[in-house]
Amino acid sequence: MRFDLPAPDPETEPFWDAARDGRLLIKRCADCGAAHFYPRPFCPACWSTAVDWEEASGQAALYTWSVVHENDLPPFGERVPYVAAVVDLAEGPRMMTNVVDCDADALTVGMALRVAYRELDESTTVPVFVPA
Amino acid sequence: MTESDELFGERRAVLSGIGQSDIGRRLYRDPLELTVDACLGAIADAGLNPTDIDGISTYPGGMENPAGFSGAGVTDVQEALRLNLSWYAGGLELPGQLGAVINAILAVSAGLARHVLCFRTVFEGSAQGTKGRAAVMPGGDSRSGGFRATGFMEWLLPFSAPSAAVWIAMFANRHFHEYGTTREQLAQIALNARRNATVNPKAIYRDPMTMDDYLSARMISSPLCLFDCDVPCDGGTAMIVSRRDTVADLRKPPIEVEAVGTAFHGRPAWDQYYDLATMACQDAGTQLWERTDLRPSDVQLAEMYDGFSFITMCWLEAMQFCGKGESGPFVEGGQRIAREGELPLNTHGGQLSAGRLHGFGFLHEACLQLWGEGGERQVPGDPEIGVACAGGGPLAGALLLTRGR
Ligand SMILES: [Zn+2]
Repeated sequence: MRFDLPAPDPETEPFWDAARDGRLLIKRCADCGAAHFYPRPFCPACWSTAVDWEEASGQAALYTWSVVHENDLPPFGERVPYVAAVVDLAEGPRMMTNVVDCDADALTVGMALRVAYRELDESTTVPVFVPA
Repeated sequence: MTESDELFGERRAVLSGIGQSDIGRRLYRDPLELTVDACLGAIADAGLNPTDIDGISTYPGGMENPAGFSGAGVTDVQEALRLNLSWYAGGLELPGQLGAVINAILAVSAGLARHVLCFRTVFEGSAQGTKGRAAVMPGGDSRSGGFRATGFMEWLLPFSAPSAAVWIAMFANRHFHEYGTTREQLAQIALNARRNATVNPKAIYRDPMTMDDYLSARMISSPLCLFDCDVPCDGGTAMIVSRRDTVADLRKPPIEVEAVGTAFHGRPAWDQYYDLATMACQDAGTQLWERTDLRPSDVQLAEMYDGFSFITMCWLEAMQFCGKGESGPFVEGGQRIAREGELPLNTHGGQLSAGRLHGFGFLHEACLQLWGEGGERQVPGDPEIGVACAGGGPLAGALLLTRGR
């Protein structure tokens, strides 16, 4: 049993398909211009349904993080220690992710990050971040 | 009834009795039995009979998963005690766990019931057994045989952020960054809880703990160590909410509900609130102080959620006992929050040391202290004004209580 795989539905499938191809997608409203995440079929700022996927720049700033040392739930226990992080994308939306390939002692709030990709299994790849 | 009592309906309600079952790390007892022990205790404490009870309110309501999270729902207790109900509610989309008690307060205020039995039972200790929290699966889609993350968990689990320990740790780290808060300051929440637990015969962990013990404990999710995380347990807690005009029927001077806080402005997701150095509690706290002429400096004891120690720090700021970001210096050294200090905090040992009764334990303790029934852990000075607050992250509900004013 593993607890790290998503259940893509018609609304979220494009995000996961793109991640597998090495692209990070967010949604943007054609009417008011607001970008949003988690993806919705309408704009949470103005409720317009004229929302579409766009590829994010992959630039982000580190908002906060934690070094996870212990977790009972598989497969997370096998990955410790790792860095769970909340990042602010350059486009505005905030997302939960991981910072990889970086010494935890070198992490600082606000540090510039860029997107990278980690394969969870043959069907799922997640956007993660590395120092820019 | 004064004009402001008309305006603030919670003042038509009082707390009239409390009850608690045996509490243990793993009792392996029928959770309904624990629930009934607590409920009958609360009814008797109020000087009432089960036939007087015409309402039930509970959190989170009956549910199977995660195992141990809900020991009984509304219908379980309605059936067990053969109650005739005028009003009832059970659920978890509420302003924190104590939102169920606030529901009861609103029901008696509205005249739908006279005496509402409120309860919460957990048996997470037994359900997890020796396997830890891994024995307790999060909700998700398992149609394909394996687990698949759905809803908001679709944006957390694939990113290796599987539990409140990880989310709250990130909140704490942001607070450390913004305000210079330290582990030694955060430790005071855990050390204070343990000091109080040593004189609570029902507490799970009663051995003294030192700063060295705290600092050398293993890290779970930085900056939170083992002693920043509450302890799963088994136990039931109950209280009776009565209409104020029933006071003549009650055994004890009632505890009055001066004000409640239930507000939450902003995105209700663990990673999406605009300021992750706090969360829903700041809105609930702000609202509560808008509903009373009392001030934070009037409060003589505070029982505030500590599912993780950092959540109590958030509540100290949210309830305006200190300024935003100032909870670290506020608790520094621990004297201020000790039983003899200016704001006695989590006088039973909190969930960190007394066990994860999940919110209801704080209200139980606030009532106990205001009634002067704290025994060896009684706050000195005959306290008359206290707060009980529960919930972390996107969950928050707060009550300001008075006795004998
Ligand atoms: Zn829009």
